[in-house]
Amino acid sequence: MSAAPPAPLAHRGGQPTDGGSTWTGRLRDRIAHTVPPGQALPDRQPAYVDSWIYVFGVATLAALVVVVGTGILLAIGGAAWWHTSSLGHFVNSLHLWSVELFMAAMVIHLWGKFWMAAWRGRRTLTWVTGILAFLTSIGTAFTGYLSQTNLDSQWISTQAKNGLNAVGVGAYLNVLNPGQTLLWHIVLMPIAVGIIALAHIVLVRRHGVVPPLDAVDPRADRAEAVER
Amino acid sequence: MTATLERTAGRRREGTPDSHDFPTRRYDLVKEFVVAVLVMAVLTAGLAALFSSPDEKAISLRDWALAAPADVVATATGELAGTTASATYGPPYNTNGSGQTLGPLPLQKWGGVRIPVNSANDLVVTPLSQVSGDSALTSALGQWTSASATQQTSWATAYGDALAKAPNGDPAQVATSTSYGPVPVMAQSFLTLARSGGLEATLGTPSFYATDPTKSLLLLSDGAYLEDLARARSLGGDQWGMMNETGNYPGQPWMWLYTFWYQVEPFSSSDNADALVWGVMMFLTLVLALIPLIPGLRSIPRWIPVHRLIWRRYYRDQQRLLG
Repeated sequence: MSAAPPAPLAHRGGQPTDGGSTWTGRLRDRIAHTVPPGQALPDRQPAYVDSWIYVFGVATLAALVVVVGTGILLAIGGAAWWHTSSLGHFVNSLHLWSVELFMAAMVIHLWGKFWMAAWRGRRTLTWVTGILAFLTSIGTAFTGYLSQTNLDSQWISTQAKNGLNAVGVGAYLNVLNPGQTLLWHIVLMPIAVGIIALAHIVLVRRHGVVPPLDAVDPRADRAEAVER
Repeated sequence: MTATLERTAGRRREGTPDSHDFPTRRYDLVKEFVVAVLVMAVLTAGLAALFSSPDEKAISLRDWALAAPADVVATATGELAGTTASATYGPPYNTNGSGQTLGPLPLQKWGGVRIPVNSANDLVVTPLSQVSGDSALTSALGQWTSASATQQTSWATAYGDALAKAPNGDPAQVATSTSYGPVPVMAQSFLTLARSGGLEATLGTPSFYATDPTKSLLLLSDGAYLEDLARARSLGGDQWGMMNETGNYPGQPWMWLYTFWYQVEPFSSSDNADALVWGVMMFLTLVLALIPLIPGLRSIPRWIPVHRLIWRRYYRDQQRLLG
C-alpha cells in the first residue's frame, strides 16, 4: 500500500504558490490586476491624446518633484536656516516658486479635466481623488505659510485661527504653534498628498485616458467594418 | 449616409467606450516626465533668481513695546479687565465666549477647551510675578491677587476707560486715581518687562526648548499694533488678506474663493463669518467633488463645448470618416 500523493500545488515562474488562499497571494493578485497588463507604464496612448492640455497633468507631477526636492533641502538646513543664510533664502525662494508652479499646473489640469468631463466611463473616483489632491495640496501650502516664523506667519496664523477654531478644528491643529504646523507641513500633509496622488495616478492608468465626448466605440466600428 | 449617422449616434448613446480599444500612437511617458521635471526646475530657478521670496522679520514683543507703548499698556489693561479678544474668545482657549455656530451646530464649542488660556493670569499676572527686585510691583501684585474678581474687573475697567479717553491713549496723561487700584503699576511694569525683551520667555511653557508661542501670539493679536502693520501691507481680512503675503508676491491665489466670501455680505458683517464661510466652502467643495453624480452640473462640459477645441483633431478625423 503506497502513501497518498502530496496535494497539488499551483506553479508560477517555476516556484510553487498557494494562489489566492493566502493574504500575501491575495494582495499580490490585487496589485497585479489593479492596472491592465502593460498599462502601468505604457509606451503608447490612444490617438486622441493629442493636445497641450495633457501636459499639465505631468507638469503638476513634475512640479511636485521640485517642491519635495526643495523642501528636503530646506529641511536639511533646519527651520530657521533660510532667515540667516543667503543660500537658505534662495532655497526658500525655489520652494516658494515651485509651489506656485505646482498649484498653477494643477488648477489648469483640473479645469482641463472639467471641460473634458473626465469623470465619464467609471472615472468618478479618479475625479474625486484629483479634487482631494487639490484640497490636500492647499492644506500643505497653508501649513507652509504658517511655518515661516516671520511677520507673514504671525499675521496669517492669528487670522487663520479664527476660521479653524470656528469649526472646532483649531482645538486639534493649533495654527499659533509653528512647532506643530511645521511637522504637519513636512510630514503629515506630504504623506497625505503622496498617497492621494499615487491613488489618482493608479486610477488614471487603470481606466486609461478618458475618450472624447461622444466618441464612436472603436469596437463597434470594427464590427461594422467586418459586417460590410 | 443617413443610415451611417444614425448608427453612429446610437453607438454614442451607449456610454463612454473603453479607452484601451482605441487606436494608439507612440507616447513616451517617461521622457515627457523627465523633460517636464527639467522644465519645472529651470522655471523655478529662474523665478527664484528673478523675484526671490519675502521674509519680513517677525516682530517681537519688545519691538511692539518700543513702537507702540500705549498699545501695550492698553492691551495689558484689557487682559486684566477681561475685554480683549482672547479673554472673551471661548473654545479652544476658555469658556468666556460661546464661540461661533454653523446653523444649529456649535462646532467651536464641540471642539472643547483644549488650549486653556486665562488671559489675565497667563498673559499678564504670571509674567509680572516673575519680575524680581521691584517692590512697587510686588505690592501691586499682592493687592491684585488678594482682591475679589469683581474688584479686579472694576479697577481694570476703570483704568481702561481712562486710557481710552487720554490723548493717544498715553498713560502719562491719565490722572492718578484710587479707582484704578494696582492696575496702572501693573500695566507700566508690563510695559517695562516687554521693553526689556524678557516678556516672551515668561509667556511660554516653562521649558528650555520654547517651540510654542501661542500665548505670545494671542497677546500680540489682542493689541492693535500687529493689525496696523498688516493693514499697511494690505493683509487685512477685508483686503483679501488671507491669500496675500508681504511684498509684491502672489501669496496663495488658490484661496481666492475662500477669501472672497469675507469681502461680501452677509459674511463681512456677521459674528459667525468664519463658521459660515467654512460652511459655504465645505458645501462647494462637496459639490465640486461630486460633480460626476450631479445631473445638470455634469453636463456643463457638453453644453459649453470647450472639448471640441481639446479634441479638435479627433472630431475632424471622425467628420472626415463620416463624410
